[in-house]
Amino acid sequence: MAGKPKLHYFNGRGRMESIRWLLAAAGVEFEEELFETREEFEKLIQGGTLMYEQVPMVEIDGMNLVETRAILRYLAAKYNLYGRNIREQAWIDMYVEGLKDLSDMIMFFPLSLPGEKEMNLEYILERATTKFFPVYEKALRDHGQDFLVGNRLSWADIQLLEVILMAEECKPSVLTGFPLLQEFKARISYIPTIQKFLQPGSQRKPPLDESSIESVKNIFKFERGMFLKNMSTIVAEY
Amino acid sequence: MAAKPKLHYPNGRGRMESVRWVLAAAGVEFDEEFLEAKEQLQKLQKLQDGNHLLFQQVPMVEIDGMKLVQTRSILHYIADKHHLFGRDLKERTLIDMYVEGTLDLLELIIMHPFLKPDDQQKEVVNMAQKAIIRYFPVFEKVLRDHGQRFLVGNQLSLADIILLQTILALEEKIPNILSAFPHLQEFTVKISNIATIKKFLEPGSKKKPPPDDIYVRTVYNIFMP
Repeated sequence: MAGKPKLHYFNGRGRMESIRWLLAAAGVEFEEELFETREEFEKLIQGGTLMYEQVPMVEIDGMNLVETRAILRYLAAKYNLYGRNIREQAWIDMYVEGLKDLSDMIMFFPLSLPGEKEMNLEYILERATTKFFPVYEKALRDHGQDFLVGNRLSWADIQLLEVILMAEECKPSVLTGFPLLQEFKARISYIPTIQKFLQPGSQRKPPLDESSIESVKNIFKFERGMFLKNMSTIVAEY
Repeated sequence: MAAKPKLHYPNGRGRMESVRWVLAAAGVEFDEEFLEAKEQLQKLQKLQDGNHLLFQQVPMVEIDGMKLVQTRSILHYIADKHHLFGRDLKERTLIDMYVEGTLDLLELIIMHPFLKPDDQQKEVVNMAQKAIIRYFPVFEKVLRDHGQRFLVGNQLSLADIILLQTILALEEKIPNILSAFPHLQEFTVKISNIATIKKFLEPGSKKKPPPDDIYVRTVYNIFMP
């Protein structure tokens, strides 16, 4: 019998969180090996299991998977969360890719320079409510179904819920004006596997707080104030 | 008979170039509607007929009755359709990992013309380092270990096409970038000689030239608020 998937990352959300969500939603138990210092990260790199010397990395089915999107797509396909055919898959891909821009912005927000924080937050919320959420509200309105694609749960729904919750952490009322997204959020949250993940004691990680920001910066050698610098190409530099 | 795919993008490489490469490699003819002015983009953005531009962005490819956006979605759809994505989930995932790594490197090339002139030279050094230290060794080892012509599954895939695109783009800036990678040199020659790709590499194809000042200015005019 195959062992559980094993996630290699730091002890926080970052790019691994979407992977945790997908595994949890699929009802798959997983283990985590979380490094907390630069030295531990370098040790992992020296171990030779990171194809591009980067994380996330997931050990699963005899493979050491890297590249967040590749990992997510493998899991989505394996656990039947990737649609029934290539057209549905294309829609799921588009919806998920669209959300990545927004989720990256929110993810990197804690790394803003102090003077930029308010401006960046305003920017994130403006984009969320004018560029991203309307697309998903419209999709749900147009087909009137419970799920984004193919009338059944897919990776796109899980990703959308994750991003909605992240946005609400920035501003609790962010879904005002999006009644279908509010219903969607409630509906998807109540799926048993997801409900379990949302409860205390699960492997869901909390948002970065002030004390963990410094440690993340040290582990990944992030530049200061890199939030808006090159938003479409934010890459953790080793 | 199905209509040809139609690509919507400025007349230059940018994020659409990978799509042109894959369609060409698959032997698929396509049409292009070039964005030349902001008004055209706005027109596309305003079209009422069902989300002409899902996230108000290009690339956009009209194909099989869909308007696909998001470069990766487009590439995957075409690769899947034309058997360039491996035979099973494991091969597909290997291809995916190789493509994602290569796209990270290609991203540096795509963004390069839009950097401040003072930063551009520094960035060429950064690109070269990333390629030589992080990415090329991975692919060199893959090719050396299995001794096959293609990266995955002994047949042409999206991974080979995107890697070739990236190598050639890097060679334009750093001519000797493959000097320490004999297998990648051989790979470059062999993949370039595949009939459909060879045709794409000849003058008169839809392959776009390296970005110049006109292209950069056009992009700014179209996309800057």
